[in-house]
Amino acid sequence: MAEVAALEHVEPASPGGPEVAGRSPWALAGRRLLRNRFAIGGLILLLVIIAISFAAPLYADHVAHTNPFENNLNGHTIVNGKRVALMQQGGGILHLGETPLGPTWDVHHYFLGADQNGRDVASRVLYGGRSSLEVGIGSALICCIIATVLALLAGFNGGLIDVVLSRLMDVIWAFPVILLAICVATVLLNAPDGVGVGPVRITATSLWLPTLIIAFIYLPYVYRPVRGQVLSVSEKEFVEAAIAQGASGSRLLFSEVLPNVITVVIVLFPLMIATTILTEATLSFLSIGVQPPNASWGTVISDGQQLLYTRPWVAIAPGILIVLTVLALNLLGDGVRDALDPRARLRIEG
Amino acid sequence: MSSQNGGETLLRVEGVRKYFPIKKGILIQREVARVHAVDGVSLEVKAGETIGLVGESGCGKSTLGRCIVRLHELTDGSISFEGRDISRLSRRELQPMRRQMQMVFQDPYASLNPRKRVGTIIADPLRIHGMGDRSEVRRRVSELLELVGLSPEHINRYPHEFSGGQRQRIGVARALALHPKLIIADEPVSALDVSIQAQVINLLDDLQDDLHLTYVFIAHDLGVVRHVSDRIAVMYLGKIVEISPAEELYQRPIHPYTEALLSAVPIPDPELSARRERIVLEGDVPSPITPPSGCRFHPRCRYATEICAQEEPPLVPHGGKGHMAACHHPLDANPTPTADASPGPADG
Repeated sequence: MAEVAALEHVEPASPGGPEVAGRSPWALAGRRLLRNRFAIGGLILLLVIIAISFAAPLYADHVAHTNPFENNLNGHTIVNGKRVALMQQGGGILHLGETPLGPTWDVHHYFLGADQNGRDVASRVLYGGRSSLEVGIGSALICCIIATVLALLAGFNGGLIDVVLSRLMDVIWAFPVILLAICVATVLLNAPDGVGVGPVRITATSLWLPTLIIAFIYLPYVYRPVRGQVLSVSEKEFVEAAIAQGASGSRLLFSEVLPNVITVVIVLFPLMIATTILTEATLSFLSIGVQPPNASWGTVISDGQQLLYTRPWVAIAPGILIVLTVLALNLLGDGVRDALDPRARLRIEG
Repeated sequence: MSSQNGGETLLRVEGVRKYFPIKKGILIQREVARVHAVDGVSLEVKAGETIGLVGESGCGKSTLGRCIVRLHELTDGSISFEGRDISRLSRRELQPMRRQMQMVFQDPYASLNPRKRVGTIIADPLRIHGMGDRSEVRRRVSELLELVGLSPEHINRYPHEFSGGQRQRIGVARALALHPKLIIADEPVSALDVSIQAQVINLLDDLQDDLHLTYVFIAHDLGVVRHVSDRIAVMYLGKIVEISPAEELYQRPIHPYTEALLSAVPIPDPELSARRERIVLEGDVPSPITPPSGCRFHPRCRYATEICAQEEPPLVPHGGKGHMAACHHPLDANPTPTADASPGPADG
């Protein structure tokens, strides 16, 4: 195995020379990741989506000149130099009722048309992307951090802590994810004057609520593989060597175990973001995720649901962005896993 | 290796037992059985000698090694180092003792943290024990690297950039960092290529002379042990069945198990090899959860009689030079209980 590793980075030994800089496992993983075109493509796509989503206020204020959070039922806009009403009478298939303006493909004037409240769909999709990414990345981050801390506590200490934490996680695991999220969200959303502990209060319209709910329901999905890795690393001889040297518990945990466990978390993280973004969209679509006035991709799809036959772009645009984001994250996640693969390379080398 | 027998007793292992509980139950775990990994082992190691510990996989030799450096808590018995009982010391009280004895591990791939630089790996024990400031630690690490035959320029490299033999040298350097008196080498060469094995064994040999080390050398290969040991203890299912000066064991094995082990050592001469009678042990090693009654070797022993199943043979001297064995039907036996026997190094 060492021969394989040696072949990979051919480097002439320099006897007598100055200290040879070693290539850390992290640097090697980074190089492998950079060489993976799909992963880098995914990363670039993800960064573009993040950039345009976080530019939402710039777009709404300086390009489209609209307020996407305000109803605009009597508004007008300019299409091909002509003044057009946002809500058109009988524009639909049955020529009944009001139909919002369709896509104009003009970035300054309702690029993707209007929704049923006369709001600019393009701006709402961008704002929605901001919320979706914030909730998705935030919940994946919180989930990974909490699950890792719990897994280290449980796996490293064993005994009662391990039994209690692992059974708790099993209870969460036992519920279907979406069902559990719906239950928790419904209860918390209907709590009078928000939820909170002590001085911290989260109102129902805050993005923190869906973020924390989603982080909670996915805890066991990170906890389990990380705990498994903690258990397997803790039995390695280098941990025994550190014990025989007289290393303290915290030294063992942070210096020996954690650096060898964190790779699992890093591999899981992008894949978790993809999952949490999908969950957020699901919850928001069911109107128990991101609450108005905030928009998210899920709520925009939900808005577009009634207009599916007349103005399909309202639902399609956020749908495409969700698909692209999840695809980008999965490509990146696979690349990170291949680069850091704890199963193949680290086991051989470790 | 060096044969300076007759030094002071450095390590005394007395009646050590280590049972691993087998637990069942979801929330409330109860013990359903025990693995008798080490079951009443007594041993004395003198300063400067090398004692080889041999036996099949699962006979408890590694567990015994780990018990000595207190990686496992003892179920029973005591271990004293330089006359001081260390088997009941708390973590903190044990800390200064940790310096005195270190371990070299079997698997050079699992025994070095892949996320640390070699310099850090070797410096860690120095830092843990607060020995020296930054520059002193650095100098000492370079010294140690040179001592084990590696180039100090490699201080910033990671373990994956070394071969198995080099990694094992790093493991040895780490064990030596604290100037220990005793080194438990747990099959230090089993995972290496044969050509590299010799290098590492010679390194350990040289270091012993230079640094006045005492080794407990664990191996499953009698060939390797013969080369390094002053005395050899043969273990079977958690017990020492025979202990003897190294050469004596090869020339005059007393326990049938030792005889069988020796007959499995390959002889490089094909003619000699063909003439030799090979004793093939039948059956598997019995389960250490429910060890056999009486002599633990009796189900596989070709000399076994009724008494072997009923009575456990004590470890008694057979001839002088501290040769002891635990058998009802000793081979080549002319037991001279006390007459000309120098006091046995291990009292059973």
